[in-house]
Amino acid sequence: MKKALQLFLTFFRIGAFTLGGGYAMLSLVEKAVVDQKKWIPTDEFWDMIAVVQSLPGVFAVNTALYVGHRVAGTKGAFAAMLGAIIPSIVIILLLATVFREYRDQPVVERIFKGIRPCVVALILAPSLRMIKSAKVTWKTAIIPIATVFLIWWCKISPAYVILAAIAGSLVYAIVIGRKTEDGGRRTEDVPSPQSSVPSQERKEAES
Amino acid sequence: MIYLQLLWVFIKIGVLGFGGGYAMLSLIQHEVVDHYAWMSTTDFADMVAISQMTPGPISINLATYVGYTTAGFGGSLLASFALCLPSIIMVYFILKLFMNKKSNALMENTLKGLKPAIAGLIFAAGLSMMNTQNFVDFGRGQNNISVVICVLVFVASYFFKANPILLIVISGVIGFFAY
Repeated sequence: MKKALQLFLTFFRIGAFTLGGGYAMLSLVEKAVVDQKKWIPTDEFWDMIAVVQSLPGVFAVNTALYVGHRVAGTKGAFAAMLGAIIPSIVIILLLATVFREYRDQPVVERIFKGIRPCVVALILAPSLRMIKSAKVTWKTAIIPIATVFLIWWCKISPAYVILAAIAGSLVYAIVIGRKTEDGGRRTEDVPSPQSSVPSQERKEAES
Repeated sequence: MIYLQLLWVFIKIGVLGFGGGYAMLSLIQHEVVDHYAWMSTTDFADMVAISQMTPGPISINLATYVGYTTAGFGGSLLASFALCLPSIIMVYFILKLFMNKKSNALMENTLKGLKPAIAGLIFAAGLSMMNTQNFVDFGRGQNNISVVICVLVFVASYFFKANPILLIVISGVIGFFAY
């Protein structure tokens, strides 16, 4: 029980003071859980994070759940998760209430007229940075372009697009996994796997 | 009814939300603005700004906000809980199934393949917010300050990795004096 409480407080502190989302909090979690409390050895912690990173859902919540579960079982998992999300919920509830009260004030309206175009840019910039980091080539550029076309132009639900992309990527990952002896670990050596539908051409180029 | 809709929407997002907060943002936008029309596009932009400026995971912030504006206090708790529910269930399965090296590598490769599609997804979310509601002075023969803000913020964010909170504050100050 004591461990569960400590987990709650640790993740509560991190949730309450970390700006910039999941990845910003990672070093803080490591400091608290690995360095100070010594609940999990460093190697095991980063192995766990590698798995958690490829899971869907809120990264901070997933991290809290796995660390909590590893340290103190089900009780620990829930304590850590609640610690991670309660600060968010409380702060947003307060702000949303205040904002609802004042948003029709001319001053607030003027401020937000300036903020809205900024938000658009803040969404576009990371998407382009992601395309860069995924090493999209002219040939594979069809994937993000098709995604944008389907969602923005055809108004198809992003949910279906994701499901289709998962299916394609899974097939591709299995192909990559077969080709490398250690189950696809050496992905850096292989031409970057960003095609969701592996073409015959690509297979030939690899072999 | 609204509670069931919130539950369904955010469970779906919890299951399909690969690739971080921004990917979930585009899923939330589709459901909340396009599909259920719970919010206007300006409300959504305001919500994103507020969620980005507050500590904690942006997707939890968004879920709480959406839940609160559609169904009050209960709605906010329900939406946040629904978003976490798939993760809670997965913790028990993944620990047993995916903690070996081989399936972990498969997951990593799948995610790598998914990345360009997710980038497109996020880009589409930004594009669908480019309208005259969010760019109030666009095409009205005025100074087009909104376009200037958008371009400058994009450059600062993409090339210089400027702090998003600082950019929001500066844009707000510009808006205060310009409009």
